[in-house]
Amino acid sequence: MSVTAFALLIERLAFMPSRTGKLRLLEDHFRQAEDPDRGWALAALTGALSFPAVKAGAIRAAAAARLDPVLFAASYDFVGDLAETVALMWPDTGVSATAPSLAEAVERLTLSGRAEAPALLAAWLDRLDDSARVAFLKLVTGGLRVGVSARLAKTALARFGGRAPEEIEEVWHGLAPPYRDLFAWLDGRAGRPQVNHAATFRPLMLATPLEDTEAAALDLSAYAAEWKWDGIRVQLVAGADVRRIFSRTGDDITPAFPDIARHMAFDAVLDGELLVARPGAEAGSGSGSGSGSNGAAAEIAPFNDLQQRLNRKTVTRRMLAEHPAWVRLYDILFEAGEDLRGLAFTDRRARLEAWFARIRPQCMDLSPLVAFAGLEELAALRRGARGRAIEGLMLKRRDSAYVGGRPKGPWFKWKRGPLTLDTVLMYAQRGHGKRSSYYSDFTFGAWREVAGGGRELVPVGKAYFGFTDAELVDLDRWVRTHTTDRFGPVRAVEPRLVLEVAFDSVHRSSRHKSGVAMRFPRVHRIRWDKPAEDADALATLEAMIAE
Amino acid sequence: MTATRHGRRPPVSWLAVRPEGLLVVPAGVFVDPLRAVDRALVTHGHADHARPGSAHVGATEETLAIMRARYGAAAGGRLEPFAWGETRSLGGVDITFRPAGHVLGSAQIVLEHAGTRVVVTGDYKRTADPTCRGFEPVACDVLVTEATFGLPVFRHPPPAAEVAKLLDSLRLFPERAHAVGVYALGKCQRLIALLRAAGYDRPIYLHGALVALCELYEAWGVSLGPLLPASAAAKADLAGAIVLAPPSALADRWARRLPDPVVAAASGWMRVRQRARQRGVELPLVISDHADWPELLATVEDTDPAEVWVTHGREDALVHAVRQTGRAARALALVGFEDEPE
Ligand SMILES: [Zn+2]
Ligand SMILES: [Zn+2]
Repeated sequence: MSVTAFALLIERLAFMPSRTGKLRLLEDHFRQAEDPDRGWALAALTGALSFPAVKAGAIRAAAAARLDPVLFAASYDFVGDLAETVALMWPDTGVSATAPSLAEAVERLTLSGRAEAPALLAAWLDRLDDSARVAFLKLVTGGLRVGVSARLAKTALARFGGRAPEEIEEVWHGLAPPYRDLFAWLDGRAGRPQVNHAATFRPLMLATPLEDTEAAALDLSAYAAEWKWDGIRVQLVAGADVRRIFSRTGDDITPAFPDIARHMAFDAVLDGELLVARPGAEAGSGSGSGSGSNGAAAEIAPFNDLQQRLNRKTVTRRMLAEHPAWVRLYDILFEAGEDLRGLAFTDRRARLEAWFARIRPQCMDLSPLVAFAGLEELAALRRGARGRAIEGLMLKRRDSAYVGGRPKGPWFKWKRGPLTLDTVLMYAQRGHGKRSSYYSDFTFGAWREVAGGGRELVPVGKAYFGFTDAELVDLDRWVRTHTTDRFGPVRAVEPRLVLEVAFDSVHRSSRHKSGVAMRFPRVHRIRWDKPAEDADALATLEAMIAE
Repeated sequence: MTATRHGRRPPVSWLAVRPEGLLVVPAGVFVDPLRAVDRALVTHGHADHARPGSAHVGATEETLAIMRARYGAAAGGRLEPFAWGETRSLGGVDITFRPAGHVLGSAQIVLEHAGTRVVVTGDYKRTADPTCRGFEPVACDVLVTEATFGLPVFRHPPPAAEVAKLLDSLRLFPERAHAVGVYALGKCQRLIALLRAAGYDRPIYLHGALVALCELYEAWGVSLGPLLPASAAAKADLAGAIVLAPPSALADRWARRLPDPVVAAASGWMRVRQRARQRGVELPLVISDHADWPELLATVEDTDPAEVWVTHGREDALVHAVRQTGRAARALALVGFEDEPE
């Protein structure tokens, strides 16, 4: 496969809105392309490749040496993207017969130094055909942006090889590009790759949501309860020469959390919640190890603070000081090489507590067990769970083994009820893909007093789900018949329709005009009956902020 | 060829830019006027070049047929057909229509007066197109050219490769309708002809707004193969089928009759990602009926004018590039032409 085939894939993916469509493109590519190029493509898509020598500056330098500055400026102005501009206007030398394979391009560029990068780039651009240049430059600068997560790529691999996604997960982190042994296995030409398990992500055990009606039918004496923390799920893997922090989907996020990795001087695989503590909390090590105790050591900051730390490849000293990371542990999968996943929850919990008492790792504590006498008390605890960083309760069967995936029954999450607010529809935007002919993204507002009397609507959020297909048809029709103004794909509508919006929580936000931001807003009910004047005020929403 | 050579400013006082458009002064005739005038010469049938209502309209037979199909009796007072290559004199100006390769009937207008030859290209392209006559370069003193794609980033790929993308998507998503946004005149028929050339012989479904001009093309001898109205088709028949419609219809309720459509668009703008994104396209196909950047420059070389005037499009870059070849160049800044009304 030349870079051209990869370029075609990248183009299709970049414009493909649906997940199933992306999966099919990937699966087809794994089938059509050959080794090692399909492996390099996989690496590129999952972010496993980086070319530190090639920066935007190298592209600018290559451009300056070869392109007319006036024409370049005019083109850049029109296209708006450096790599794309250079790729599209690069003079065609017509030597595509010598187009390099993706493997050749990757191998050569990995070895290049910063000084030679511009000349090397120019030489590759000369050898590539028109269609391949954009993908090539996006690849080397790490800006593919085609909406493919590692998770999605792995799902496509599973489909391609006829395997369960958990099987791919088990081996994934022990493999390296261009993944020849992985593809040999998926092709059916070889057995499952042998990987060094010390640094491997194990599929997480996930909980199923519990409805209030189901809770009553549950034999609660068989279950232990914990708080459900409002952070992100992580798996800590540490051993003699590895320290890895994996996200729920198995992405390696270690570089973003050096403050945690620093304290992973142990040999275990742990399951827990990544949170952000109030500054200063990292000084003391965790206490709160006693079961039933509610006294965790760290004071936890709102989820917004955690967001400052996510999706970053590197962290500054200042961020480490202002938003120190914290892990609240709730399970142990391995201890000193011993696989504990087959043990019952109660036994694993005992092992976890003993381990924690012995190791006492800094910046970590134990998620306490929550004692309760029966359904009534449990429901009351859940209702009262409005505190910071708690979004409900977890119920775990005391006799359940640790099973990757989402088995129904052993683990439940019983979230506290959502918050709701009656808002007024203000703007609607056309959707994407299947929804491109519908106005399906809704911006809604709440009332605010205006100085000098009267009230105005201020936008407080945006929702694009929560309604049925039939309701969407009605909403679309309403938008089209109540339009007051248009801006491209957006319509402003008469402030007359009340949407009851549900959301998990609300936080202060300086980035929003209203000064607040909702978490997971969705349309709960369309209040065709309710007059817009009776919708809620911004002050009502502000009162719901979890401090 | 005339006596004018490079380096000497040609006498061009007999052409003027007026609010109505480009005026050939001694003949009292406008080329592609913006509004109804007494005398008009029309390069081709696109709505921004062929406006209705002028008293006298000179154009090729095909262009006049297109204007009649679009405007009926409002097309113009007297419609005066020019045969290809035929020269007629008006007020001392010799007027000849030569093929421009843009759409059916599209012409360059060659104007000769007082020993000077001016060629007004109208919209044109150099790539072969089975649905219309190919562009013929005419040596001239002044080349009046379009510049819709007058930036070096525009280099249209071979159209067969773009059509292959569409057919490959049909293979991969056989349960989805493939809806391609095309303009009614030119792009629609060219895309059909390209699909036929690639061996696609199944019926192609058309939005109602495209039917009349396809029939007109057929009447002028351009065979398009089996075509069916999309509105009469059952939803199941459209699964895995190619459906052509105006871009506006694909963004609107009309598209709901299509099963899980792959929305494609065939246009030169699709080369720039952001442009394709703005149009909500899932499958961008770079197929254009306008000259790309290399074709614009090649045409200046081939016609070898002393001076180049740019009518509409991205003028600045082309003016800059032409000046670097030692020729005079300027932008006429004619208004009223759209980006790519194909
Ligand atoms: Zn045109
Ligand atoms: Zn035009």
